[in-house]
Amino acid sequence: MPSSANLIAFHTITRREVVRILRIWMQTLLPSAITMTLYFVIFGRMVGSRIGEVAPGIQYIDYIVPGLIMMAVITNSYGNISSSFFGAKFGRHVEEMLASPMPAWVILAGYVTGALLRGLLVAAIVLAISLFFTRIHLYHPWITLSTVLLTSIVFSLAGFANAVWAKKFDDIALVPTFVLAPLTYLGGVFYSVDALGSPWREISHANPILYMVNAFRYGLLGISDVSLVASFAVMIGLAVALAAIGMFLLHRGVGLRS
Amino acid sequence: MNSVPALDVVELKKTYANGVEALKGISLTVQPGDFFALLGPNGAGKSTLIGILSSLVNATGGDARVFGVSVREQRSAAMRLIGLVPQELNFNLFEKPFDICVNSAGFYGIPRGVAAERAEKYLKQLVLWEKAFQPARAMSGGMKRRLMIARAMMSEPKLLILDEPTAGVDIEIRRSMWKFISGINAAGTTVILTTHYLEEAEQLCRNIAIIDHGRIIENTSMKQLLSKLDVETFVLDLAAPVAALPDVAGVALSRVDEVTIEAEMSREHDLNSLFAALSAHGVTVRSMRNKANRLEELFVRLVERGPQAA
Repeated sequence: MPSSANLIAFHTITRREVVRILRIWMQTLLPSAITMTLYFVIFGRMVGSRIGEVAPGIQYIDYIVPGLIMMAVITNSYGNISSSFFGAKFGRHVEEMLASPMPAWVILAGYVTGALLRGLLVAAIVLAISLFFTRIHLYHPWITLSTVLLTSIVFSLAGFANAVWAKKFDDIALVPTFVLAPLTYLGGVFYSVDALGSPWREISHANPILYMVNAFRYGLLGISDVSLVASFAVMIGLAVALAAIGMFLLHRGVGLRS
Repeated sequence: MNSVPALDVVELKKTYANGVEALKGISLTVQPGDFFALLGPNGAGKSTLIGILSSLVNATGGDARVFGVSVREQRSAAMRLIGLVPQELNFNLFEKPFDICVNSAGFYGIPRGVAAERAEKYLKQLVLWEKAFQPARAMSGGMKRRLMIARAMMSEPKLLILDEPTAGVDIEIRRSMWKFISGINAAGTTVILTTHYLEEAEQLCRNIAIIDHGRIIENTSMKQLLSKLDVETFVLDLAAPVAALPDVAGVALSRVDEVTIEAEMSREHDLNSLFAALSAHGVTVRSMRNKANRLEELFVRLVERGPQAA
């Protein structure tokens, strides 16, 4: 298709995703707002007030804000694309796209952008809620923005691969429950991995979410457990690898074409 | 006649992962502007063929060209030429018909303004405009089928493939769909129709292919195919009961009930001789009809012959 036609097709998928997100906002936007408010109240205020400063001038509630925002971005980016694309597969309306002239990359880019926008929207909501509990300073706006974008892209692509492989709704619920949740909680959202003893500290460095949370924390607070170069290398590496997997699945029609 | 066929299928094969050989190397040609019937019993390979043409199924051999464009090698260009009305509903039931049509056009790179105009045009033509802005799940079965036709028309395809578009639809709506599709065909769109309503195929289509067990067992014009029907059975409604049936040369008469008889006769015999013989025996015929649709009779015979017919 000519590039102008591809752009229209891309815009169509993205628009349809955004309309869906806004139409079912009680399922897509509200849960994160409620969950994160509870985290701020319980871990930030009630528990955090007893912990006090975790670094010079940084209260515990300030420390967990970046991790909680990333947690919301990861969950929502992954959940948006896995449920939407698997829903399209299950309802067979994915065929509308597969039988159209759209190239595979437009389908992938459209769905990833939809998930990315939900990730950003939820990040903005959680950030706005956090302002009721603490004051946030943007130390490195570009690092903050690029980290949230890359993290959202990585988990959108991972959610897409999950949706393509999934054969039933259970298959898209397994990964968030048994993989994403443990990795997120053990990825330095609530604590510094430097506080862990060996070998747990070293093992934690195998968790990609650790790099994302810390890069984002560096953007907001100026502190990190890992180097920024390593964080961006992990995020960019994962994004490229998962995009390649997504394209491979679409080209081969794995789980989509007979 | 255009030198480039609307559809040229060459030695197309499909074997599924479970070993089922759905297509065993079929070849057929559909000329531009044709209204073509693709018939066959359930599981014959029709939907597999349509799946390959619409790139939803990967062929294991051969190729199909749509107006000279290879489905395998130039998928995107080939898909621009095809509109598909699948057998199963495949739109998002939570979306509105207008959005379903406009989004579908978007997948073909059609600007939103143009798409909105076309959506209104086709939804109105298919009597769906009143439901255009309500969720599609609220529509009746017939409306959903018409919506799939409207959606397929959004890209204004050169080749429209309809896979059992009237399945489960009442006769009134079915006729309105025939009228719409005939109009589309008259305007120049090549139409391929699969259906189990053989009356529909006989009325609408000029050429026909019958597929069975993954092979084409007949591919000819509707006229030629119907001329192969050497024996026809007529049902005659009589004015009064008859005590005994007369002997008529070349015609096998049998009694259905007191005032109804069946006459099975070869095409070599004319109806005049039958009526003359009946009149001579004092039998008055009030009305007459074919026992079965002519295409249906042929179809059953061809399919019953099975693989030998190929």
